[in-house]
Amino acid sequence: MPRGEATPGRVMAQVAMVMNLDKCIGCHTCSVTCKQTWTNRTGTEYAWFNNVETRPGQGYPRRYEDQDRWRGGWELKRGRLVPRSGGRARRLARLFANPELPTLDDYYEPWTYDYANLTQAPLGDDLPTAPPRSQIDGRAMAISAGPNWDDDLGGGPGHTAADPVLEKISDQVRLEYEQAFMFYLPRICEHCLNPSCVAVCPSGAMYKRIEDGIVLVDQDRCRGWRMCVSGCPYKKVYFNHATGKAEKCTLCYPRIEAGEPTVCSETCVGRLRYLGVILYDADRVGEAASVEDEQGLYEAQLGCFLDPADPGVARAAEEAGIPHDWVTAARESPVHALISRYRVALPLHPEYRTMPMVWYVPPLSPVVDALTRTGHDGEAPESLFGAIDTLRIPLAYLAELFTAGDTEPVEAALCRLAAMRTTMRRVNLGQEPDPDIARSVGMTEEEIHAMYRLLALAKYEERYVIPTSYTAEHGSPVDTGCSLEEAGGPGMYDPDGFHTAPAAPPAPGTATAPATDPSGASLAGRLNLLNWDGRGRPDGLFPRQEGPA
Amino acid sequence: MNHLHTALWGVLPYLAFTLLVAGTAWRYRYDRFGFTTRSSQLHEHRLLSIGGPLFHAGLLFVLAGHVVGLVVPKSLTERMHVPEWLYHLNALAVGGTAGLATVAGLAILVHRRLRSPAVRAATSRSDLAVYPVLAAVLVCGLAATATTLEAHPYDYREGVAVWFRSLFTLDPDVAAMAHAPFVYQLHALLAMALFTLWPFSRLVHAFTAPVAYLARPYIVYRHRGSGTRPAPQHRRIG
Repeated sequence: MPRGEATPGRVMAQVAMVMNLDKCIGCHTCSVTCKQTWTNRTGTEYAWFNNVETRPGQGYPRRYEDQDRWRGGWELKRGRLVPRSGGRARRLARLFANPELPTLDDYYEPWTYDYANLTQAPLGDDLPTAPPRSQIDGRAMAISAGPNWDDDLGGGPGHTAADPVLEKISDQVRLEYEQAFMFYLPRICEHCLNPSCVAVCPSGAMYKRIEDGIVLVDQDRCRGWRMCVSGCPYKKVYFNHATGKAEKCTLCYPRIEAGEPTVCSETCVGRLRYLGVILYDADRVGEAASVEDEQGLYEAQLGCFLDPADPGVARAAEEAGIPHDWVTAARESPVHALISRYRVALPLHPEYRTMPMVWYVPPLSPVVDALTRTGHDGEAPESLFGAIDTLRIPLAYLAELFTAGDTEPVEAALCRLAAMRTTMRRVNLGQEPDPDIARSVGMTEEEIHAMYRLLALAKYEERYVIPTSYTAEHGSPVDTGCSLEEAGGPGMYDPDGFHTAPAAPPAPGTATAPATDPSGASLAGRLNLLNWDGRGRPDGLFPRQEGPA
Repeated sequence: MNHLHTALWGVLPYLAFTLLVAGTAWRYRYDRFGFTTRSSQLHEHRLLSIGGPLFHAGLLFVLAGHVVGLVVPKSLTERMHVPEWLYHLNALAVGGTAGLATVAGLAILVHRRLRSPAVRAATSRSDLAVYPVLAAVLVCGLAATATTLEAHPYDYREGVAVWFRSLFTLDPDVAAMAHAPFVYQLHALLAMALFTLWPFSRLVHAFTAPVAYLARPYIVYRHRGSGTRPAPQHRRIG
């Protein structure tokens, strides 16, 4: 064993995500495409498996990070890891009314508009309006909150001041911060290694998939006890009030199984999301999550991850039933590179002790912007490194988000990003390369260039390295088709005239042939463009050419 | 003793029981997705946090009371030298309190279902059938308990309980129930109606009480593709 590391215990694979916050422009494309894919149904109007929140800000649901109130995640009790909302007996005692469940007002009351009024209002002097109607009870309502209500601080200082992360920083810092910085934080389910939502589910309906680590809800076993909603500290499990079942981000598993990125990643215009495999030692997770010092949790989680380049790890992985192409994918994983090799990605709220697996590259732009505003050259190495150190405010805030308040890893990550910026600036300006810049952050020039390629060029094939699915029981990749292909599943409509494949047009001259309309296209030959993959020219796309009569 | 009594106390219980078992099995087979509490806590939580625990906890005590009153024969408590007055005082105090709590809890829950627009909008047709029957069963049972306050109360342990136990030996003692006071008979009839509604309403969630949670490891791992859905078609029932 070349690295002299201890033999890994139980090797498991996890499909994980990294988001580069420097590139997020807060356009909400991820949220909208996710919603169109997963939660555009009755009962999930208020649910956003993916949401983008402005920081500082309260988030969605509002103040979800206030764990004194919602009691999500885990806590250490006499050295033992227990859900913060209490052990098994306490949970069953609270079965009939969950005291820590957010109400709809903590999210927002979903609404639609009474568009019919636009055309049906009686004739009058005033232009008719489309008044808002609640999608919950159908009554007229005044809109007072939404999923991104404090977008770009739209809610004003009153909203921002209630940010639970800001509350941890001192008052003076808060005031300054509100004037100085703003960035976006896109959030999906963290697909944690130690998921507290799974732990608190009384029915055992929630589970972590062995093959890829995706955390899912078995809809047939969920009984609607709602404990997962409060148990998740990120509030990323939602209660479908129409079906009475919990639903959550699925990491678009039907796409992941086919080797494709999630919908939020695929449609991200900033190309800031990375998907890849991480190999980890499942035997170390419990110990790592029970580290006494909250600020040690980031390092402890890093210690669970295995180096796929290590032959010993690769051998142990294949012995554990992980296919060869998954180990290969783990070696090329952009997520592993950003988290373990370059150490620029950090976990969101490790202090919840759930071992989250969606990590973030902290934003350097606020620092550069602040520097430029003060008249300095925002990208000159000497001023930029100095600014990261002296601009304590964003550092403290970012540290509260990503490292339980320890500014050192955040500072190190920002310095590596700054080194990348200044190194590439020298390249662009045709100046002599300065290897000292890379050396000062503990990297080589080659590593800086590789990181630049991954973060700045961000090629599609390098951002998403996803092997196709396998079943661990059989140990070999199997093609079982789309997991959602079943009667009544999402996107599986009842066959009717509109959704079936274009039927052959009736033979001319038969008695049953309908009278052809002037365009020559009959309704039976209509094409549903939603089912078109964009390749070729399907039948029925254009009206049929009328032959000479 | 006539044909009506035979039908009501000799035949009907078995019909109700068959519907309860077969209906639940059928629903579990074809609508496992429908086994849920269909909670409305998301819409309204203040009244629920009082009414929900009051109703459910009261109901568990009521259930325990029925087990003691119907299943334990009088000879057993006599052999254990439990005095008659103590037994009935206990039944009246504990049973009466639990019954009152259950009725009060149900009243709060029904009130919020009618008055909170969001909860009202989430009410299904099966709820509309279940709530009146449930309320009637509870009120009748409470009234029957109250009759034991009379000077010479009806001893249900000599009548109703004998009939109930005889059902399980497949030799129903119709006479024992036929001579019971009307309020007991009505309570039993309404209870049978409730049991027939049970599989087809949200009441099925009672059969999925998560007792196994107490013995389960916290984190559940599953293989991809394990536990595939049993039924090809899903329909919503209840």
